[in-house]
Amino acid sequence: MKVELIDIHKHFGSVRANDGVSMTIESGSIHGLLGENGAGKTTLMKCLTGYQTIDSGTIKVNGQPVAFASPAEAIRHGIGMLHQEPLDFPQMRVLDNFLLGFDTRLIPDRRAGQNRLQELGTRFRFELDPDAEVTSLTIGERQQLEILRLLALGAQVIILDEPTTGISAPQKAKLFATLRQLADDERRSVVFVSHKLEEVEQLCDRVTVLRHGRVTGEAEMPCPVSTLVELMFGRSLPPLECPTVEHGPPVLQVEGATIPSYRLTVADTRLEVRSGEVVGIAGLEGSGQRLFLRACAGLERITAGRIAIDGKALSHAPYRKFLDAGIAYLPANRMDEGLVTGLTLTEHFALANRTGPFFIDWQAARKEAAERIQHYNVIGRPESPVEALSGGNQQRVLLALLRQKLRLLLMEHPTRGLDVESSNWVWQQLLARREDGTAIVFISADLDELLEYADRIVVFYGGRMLAPVAACDTTVEGLGYMIAGKEPGAGAQQGGAHDEA
Amino acid sequence: MNVEFLIQTLASIVSSSAPVVLASIGETISEKSGVINLSLDGSIALSAMTGFAVAYTTDSATLGVLAAMAVGALIALLIAFASITLRLEQVAVGFVLTMLGLELADFLGNPFVRQPGPSIPHWPIPLLSDIPFIGPVLFNHNILIYISLLSIVATWWWMYKTQPGIKLQGVGERPESAFARGVNVNRMRYVYTTLGGALVGLAGATYSLSIKLGWSHRHTAGIGWIALAIVIFGGWNPLRVAAGSYFFGLLKALGSILQRNPAFASVPTQIFSSAPFALMIFTLLLLSSKGVDRLLDMLPPRLARRIDRAIRGRAPGGLGRPFEQG
Repeated sequence: MKVELIDIHKHFGSVRANDGVSMTIESGSIHGLLGENGAGKTTLMKCLTGYQTIDSGTIKVNGQPVAFASPAEAIRHGIGMLHQEPLDFPQMRVLDNFLLGFDTRLIPDRRAGQNRLQELGTRFRFELDPDAEVTSLTIGERQQLEILRLLALGAQVIILDEPTTGISAPQKAKLFATLRQLADDERRSVVFVSHKLEEVEQLCDRVTVLRHGRVTGEAEMPCPVSTLVELMFGRSLPPLECPTVEHGPPVLQVEGATIPSYRLTVADTRLEVRSGEVVGIAGLEGSGQRLFLRACAGLERITAGRIAIDGKALSHAPYRKFLDAGIAYLPANRMDEGLVTGLTLTEHFALANRTGPFFIDWQAARKEAAERIQHYNVIGRPESPVEALSGGNQQRVLLALLRQKLRLLLMEHPTRGLDVESSNWVWQQLLARREDGTAIVFISADLDELLEYADRIVVFYGGRMLAPVAACDTTVEGLGYMIAGKEPGAGAQQGGAHDEA
Repeated sequence: MNVEFLIQTLASIVSSSAPVVLASIGETISEKSGVINLSLDGSIALSAMTGFAVAYTTDSATLGVLAAMAVGALIALLIAFASITLRLEQVAVGFVLTMLGLELADFLGNPFVRQPGPSIPHWPIPLLSDIPFIGPVLFNHNILIYISLLSIVATWWWMYKTQPGIKLQGVGERPESAFARGVNVNRMRYVYTTLGGALVGLAGATYSLSIKLGWSHRHTAGIGWIALAIVIFGGWNPLRVAAGSYFFGLLKALGSILQRNPAFASVPTQIFSSAPFALMIFTLLLLSSKGVDRLLDMLPPRLARRIDRAIRGRAPGGLGRPFEQG
């Protein structure tokens, strides 16, 4: 099926999300839609799939002009979209998720539905338990379910919006294989929306690059990365600077700490992080790394061992004591744990001031907010509510909220959902803090990020903490093996600097 | 304790629990679609009063029942309009309507206080009521009690076995996803909220035309609140919600049995009438406490998960959240 978007315009208030965008999606190919955060990729795809109405322009399917009033209408015409956060029903079973909107009889034929699900699952080698609740699935599995559902509804064009965010490396490989299968064997069209260059490079046949709501170029793949970078950002990215910092005395000492939880107990964790050092944590989601990080922040109770910051034992101290010791914790879930919906940026900065006077000096707070907004390049105003910002800008606000003097910075996915330029910028800010002796511990699912910025990397597997390895002594492949619970390659093993603590 | 006494007690629990069952099932339907009808206590009072007043004036219990259902549905429709179309805070609107319902029932019901009036005729179901034990417990009542029993099974069947029922779950769980699958979210919410309200109205009618005949000051005695609590702790599952309602009925029955026992003659009667409320809340708290988590931890994980699923439920993800369509 051939889909043409011709001169699409869409604006929100004064923001022109799509400003005369045209692109053609051929059948039997994977079409990349590349662009940095806020370039208008998602808006364009939402316009195509009936989630949003266009201001002007034409959409043609197989040469016929169409206008979809709702996503259901788009899928009836064979165009379906897999959203970044899959649009499913977390508390319902897999089968019910599959049936809803598919079987329209009064009493759905569950057996037939289950057979259909199984048959499609076998075709793509997905293993989904029809009786499992969707909450128990990983994001990758939820995506698989959505893909199968869209196929069952007869989707000829499948649009995936940033599908690799939050899924594991094996799941990503599987997803890519599936997309190739859809395009090559079944002659369907796949649109792959992403800001990750290497993924587009790896997967796509053709690429359209958006920047500030306009098409800056189209290219057949393969195509030099420098060309794509220039189309995305308008210039080549400068290489990142890596200042060498001498590591100082130990800041964080974890000695045999055991962290129990309802689902998983992480036993006997040991780690020493020195002043100015960056330690990365890898592992499949739910392997215990988050528990560990939260324990270091004083947010999880430990039942054995000890945690010390700057030599001061804080094992059972309240979070407040950890803060006093100079830690900061940046959670992954920005809107739930990091920021407060409904408060403006000024209010956030005022709130972050722990030792301020009882009455808030709003004039000073606004001035402070304006300064930090400028310093951290946040696109937003002191009086904007934080939920009105884009994801990347929310992340910048979180960084801006960190205190100036920190001993230990604990972060989950510091650059998740950010484009290349933003994440480089974020890391420049973070690494600058090492000069003051701040130690950094961060969790990331992005192995390249871990290798690039961490001095040492710790892998968690099934609630076990493996011995740290030096980043310069390992490779993506070596890390991948450890994450998957296999013996690390010889190189990684030799380089594994075992912790003495 | 002899069998005759046991049958009598169980039968009385079945009939006296009917209003709580109907109200909590009605509320379950409405909340499952994502709309909180907090006005339950006021709705029940106003529909109980209206039901009796209409029955008294027209000398027809049937018309009374219909009028009560209409009142319940109308209040629910008001809540639906305020929360879905006007996008007002559901809790605030519900609370105001509770107060209004209670006060209106009191004021408008004045002429009917302690008047003898018609009631729903007793009607044992032929054949079924002859079954030993089960017959007299379940099938020796009037039509409203049978409807309360039927409402449990029918709601459960509709929600979990039919296609519109799955849609209903989806609408309350995540309206965005339901919309993406072509469901008219707001229309479904209107329909189910109103239907739930009609059942709440029926609960009121059951009170004044079957359980506690007639009308008096504060006649319905706070059962709306207990029904709301039962819905939450019943995990929005009709079967568990019904079980919770009957458990409350059992506590009340035990109270009155103990009260008649000479050994407790010195205990003030208020204790017996208010203890079920406290005990109910206590039981519900116990079930959701951390202690149960620890007990479950000792069981094999498969079994533990099953029990956890059976005794607890999470709120529909979209509960109380208005949905902007298209």
